[in-house]
Amino acid sequence: MRIPLSWLREYAPVPADATAEDVMADLVKVGFEEEDVHRPSDELSGPIVVGQVLSMESETHSNGKTVNWCQVRVVPEGQTQTLTGKGIEESGVQGIICGAHNFVPGDKVVVTLPGAVLPGGFAITARKTYGHKSAGMIASVKELGIGDDHGGILVLSTLGLDPEIGTDAMELLGLYDQAAEVNVTPDRGYGFSIRGIAREYCHATGNSFDDFVLELAAKAPAANAAGFPVKVDDSAPIHGNSGCTRFVTRKVTGFDASAPVPTWMSSRLRLAGVRSISLAVDISNYVMLETGQPLHFYDADKLDGSIIVRRASAGEKLTTLDEKERELHAEDLLITDASGPIGLAGVMGGASTEVSESTSSILIEAARFDEVSIARTARRHKLTSEASKRFERGVDPQIQAAAAQRAVDLLVELGGATVEEGVTDFGDAFEPTVVELPNAYTASRVGINYTPEQVTQTLTEIGASVEAGESAYRVTVPSWRPDITDKEDLTEEVARLVGYDQIPSTLPVAPPGRGYTVEQTVRRRVLNSLAAAGSVEVFAYPFVSADDNNLWASASANETVESIKLANPIAENTGWMRRSLLPGLTTVLKRNTARGFRNLAIFETGYVFIPKAELGVESIPGLGQKPADDVLEAINAGLPEQPRYIAGLFAGTDTEATPGVTPRAYDWQDAVDAVRLISSVTGVEIVISQGTHQAFHPGRTAALSLADGTHLGYAGELHPKLLATTDMPERTAAYELNFSALIEAKTGVIEATGIFGYPATNQNVALIVDADIPASDIKAALAEGAGDLLEDIRVFDDYRGTGIEEGKKSVAFTLRFRADDRTLTADEASAAREAAVAVTAERFGATQR
Amino acid sequence: MTDSPTENAQNPESYEVLANIAQVLENDPDNGLEKVREAFNGEFERAQQAVAEEATDLDQLKRVRLAFTGDKSAFTLANKQMRSLSKEHKAEVGKLMGQARGRLNKVLEGRTAELEAEREARILVEEAVDVTATSGRRHAGARHPINVLQESLTDIFVGMGWEVADGPELESEWYNFDSLNFKPDHPARELQDTFFVDPVEKHLMLRTHTSPVQMRSLLSRDVPLYIVCPGQVYRTDELDATHTPVFHQIEGLAVDKGLSMADLKGTLEHLARSMFGPEAKIRLRPNYFPFTEPSAELDIWHPTAKGGPRWIEWGGCGMVHPNVLRAAGIDPEVYSGFAFGMGIERTLMFRNGVADMHDMIEGDIRFSQQFGMEI
Repeated sequence: MRIPLSWLREYAPVPADATAEDVMADLVKVGFEEEDVHRPSDELSGPIVVGQVLSMESETHSNGKTVNWCQVRVVPEGQTQTLTGKGIEESGVQGIICGAHNFVPGDKVVVTLPGAVLPGGFAITARKTYGHKSAGMIASVKELGIGDDHGGILVLSTLGLDPEIGTDAMELLGLYDQAAEVNVTPDRGYGFSIRGIAREYCHATGNSFDDFVLELAAKAPAANAAGFPVKVDDSAPIHGNSGCTRFVTRKVTGFDASAPVPTWMSSRLRLAGVRSISLAVDISNYVMLETGQPLHFYDADKLDGSIIVRRASAGEKLTTLDEKERELHAEDLLITDASGPIGLAGVMGGASTEVSESTSSILIEAARFDEVSIARTARRHKLTSEASKRFERGVDPQIQAAAAQRAVDLLVELGGATVEEGVTDFGDAFEPTVVELPNAYTASRVGINYTPEQVTQTLTEIGASVEAGESAYRVTVPSWRPDITDKEDLTEEVARLVGYDQIPSTLPVAPPGRGYTVEQTVRRRVLNSLAAAGSVEVFAYPFVSADDNNLWASASANETVESIKLANPIAENTGWMRRSLLPGLTTVLKRNTARGFRNLAIFETGYVFIPKAELGVESIPGLGQKPADDVLEAINAGLPEQPRYIAGLFAGTDTEATPGVTPRAYDWQDAVDAVRLISSVTGVEIVISQGTHQAFHPGRTAALSLADGTHLGYAGELHPKLLATTDMPERTAAYELNFSALIEAKTGVIEATGIFGYPATNQNVALIVDADIPASDIKAALAEGAGDLLEDIRVFDDYRGTGIEEGKKSVAFTLRFRADDRTLTADEASAAREAAVAVTAERFGATQR
Repeated sequence: MTDSPTENAQNPESYEVLANIAQVLENDPDNGLEKVREAFNGEFERAQQAVAEEATDLDQLKRVRLAFTGDKSAFTLANKQMRSLSKEHKAEVGKLMGQARGRLNKVLEGRTAELEAEREARILVEEAVDVTATSGRRHAGARHPINVLQESLTDIFVGMGWEVADGPELESEWYNFDSLNFKPDHPARELQDTFFVDPVEKHLMLRTHTSPVQMRSLLSRDVPLYIVCPGQVYRTDELDATHTPVFHQIEGLAVDKGLSMADLKGTLEHLARSMFGPEAKIRLRPNYFPFTEPSAELDIWHPTAKGGPRWIEWGGCGMVHPNVLRAAGIDPEVYSGFAFGMGIERTLMFRNGVADMHDMIEGDIRFSQQFGMEI
């Protein structure tokens, strides 16, 4: 809401020297946040005065242009110029070249004298042009920054003005005024009016507010039989609330549509951000900004029969004021006459009954429409207007007659209209909200022991009437505050008017907590460990394409996966929720390589989104009560699984070449090592076995699982073809695992084994087996056969080639044996080794090399 | 070469005497012993000279040592004849031999120690490197500062006995809006530009704030309840310098008997001082949120802000709306609560001087790396 200070000053005691910043500083204290300052004089400075054209000589020049050489009087006749400055004539008559032709000698115009500066930093000087010394400029509205019209200069008589020569034109045009712009929160619809802001300004500055609307209301005549016939017929109220609860009409005739808009009105509208259009339109906007009541003016001569307010029927259409034909929805509330729809109630009027240059009779509509109905219609038609913005926040149900009266007064005063006797006032008497506020309640919620006087006074200031009772205040809420419905709302009013800065500070003591959960603790350790081991944590958006999910979340190229789709994504091609972190990470990888970083280790953790057959629920419960258990269960069951994953990528080398350091190329083992690190940090065993995944190298991929076989993810080198086609560095390696599943498998306490100091005996064995038998299987068989004496087993070589039969390989192991109660003999160790080898022979046909 | 004690073409007299001790003593009973004494001295001096002049390194020293203590050395040859000497000669010569050998060993040991020290020093010089030249073999990576900041914030609350709650990012509209007292069709709902899941009739969406975790916690835990919920949230904003459709919040909720706005203020002050130092202050301004009443905007006095101390808008807060408690089945006449929330990105922006939102979400490794593991 933009508040011109001159306007606010009419209804609140704003100091004469207060700036927009001062006003905002006051308003923020009561909850209106500062947004902006609008001050024409920041861009425009004088001397800019009223001048009268004494003479003009038309001259056509060699460039084909015809200009006027004008003599313009800028001080009253008989006086001399008191302004000084280069190019300002003492005589008071300036010679000015003017390219416009829409004026004649005798016209009063705006002269920007040498020394003036116009918007855009355009400085006026006396200069030689077209063979004359032109000392100043005759200005157009556009040059002054007060309009778009650049068709000619501003002739003041067109604004109905005949000021004395030499008058300060900035003053005349309202250009010294300024506006404060504040944010109005959605609960405070009344803040979208000078009336509401003036009241709040008084609250903020400790003044009492004199509500001008009461005077207007008193002046407004009561409804009578001569009123324009209006019928409200809402066959489909939303939530049981009628779409229209109040409908006031007044009528004027003999309106002069060509009467000028007074400058005080147009300048205030301009500062408020509303374009001046015509006297009638400007008056309706002016009254809306002032009172908060949106008005609609109909050309009364274009109305066909009585007005009926009703819901639209299927297939109906309406051309709105913005000249768009709109298909109507059965829930849209309409203003209709015998011709059909003539307005989208509370949102926008129709073109057929619009006021125009030829309008002389005006029917004024001041109505109150239901918040929800207006909100839905505005959203449905993507048509947010100044009117709908106010209606959907709730308009004062008591203000319609007063606002209509204000419009009548202005139409009469400025447009020469005559008011007709007829007054329509549809609607039931207003039932104010009454709220019980227990005496101690505000103190208990705010922590200040407010005195009864403070409570009564603040609530009276906001316009409520307060009856103090034995145990509670009975508060009748003012009509313009539909947001106040309970004692909490009243508590806020008391707290904010007395001041939030008065609230003391105490630190509550929470009951003993159990600290971080296991998942939270271990997650942080894992992320810190991955970072300490050289990877950089990054973020990526979880929005991907369906193809991304099909590639990364499905091991086989022959199978696609279901993905959750967004109804309104940022970009259509990434309108799905990720099922893998790797599409995002590869995007981040490519962004980094494009920026010149080709050696990268990055990782991310985040949720992935796994759809299920029954997603969501058809209807959800309302406000303020706990849903039944089965309803809650259904809501929870309708959510997709959202496990936390961890994934990472390695590309390029582990470091850059530097003295004494040869960079090592990252490969699949780095990915598997990261998984081992995660396993070690979480304390949960991850089984690494040979795996295949369409996005990974078919021979260099580990499948990751829990000891019980639960699949966790993959690690290895990405498929060379994928890397080539997606422009990623060769040999890029990746890992991804389901962290939630990993943590779920975490068991409580780790059992310690004793550490014994007897010497160990190492035994090596090389086995020849079929090349496709995984080393991990042979290792497991050896461990099984070796028995309790085995302390550790490790593969130290994998050889294929000369000396080994084709299709076979030689895998060499070191077995470390140790007894916990004696020094082992070589024979005991050898026997254990032979027993181990025997199991591999039996299981895989292994032979010793 | 003729000067070299170890390379003499002809053996010197002292050598000849010692090589033939028995004979010398026998041939010259009167002066033989004196000759022998002189020979021991002479041989020692010769050795001493050799060590001083020839033993320039450990190899040369070894050669010198061999020359004077080896099989063909005068001392060894003399020793071999001891058995054939008369008893009185044996004692006398033995004494002379012991003295000479002792002195020689001392000289050799001293020189050995010198040379070894020299060699060690030389090796250390040779092994010297320019430690400033290398950029390192292994590099630590980095955490994302957004996550680190979230952890720092939750640490403060865990220290106060609060617990940390997590919740789903893809939520039911009921948890995100209705349960939190957002009326359907109310403009407040429109302010939070929501990503809906297709089809919208199923009431699924990406949470627009971390507040649904409040409701989940209220439903699943007992009161009194003191929790914070950090997490990722979504709104349909276009990415620009100060907006991103995916961002992070931290939210706090306390529900207990007798909590008031004073408790809210005290908690936020504690948070502010923990994050920004003892000089930090907070200020509450009236505002509107559907799920709190009274509601406030939270400003923080940032004592070390770039460009001087000033008030900075930090977040929103207020007393939990009774409808929120009712939705969780908690009686608002018995319990009251307060809640607050702030943007993590925004906090990082003004705390650490991050100027552009793009830096936080693009994943350029330089962004995380400048922070390392800390913020």
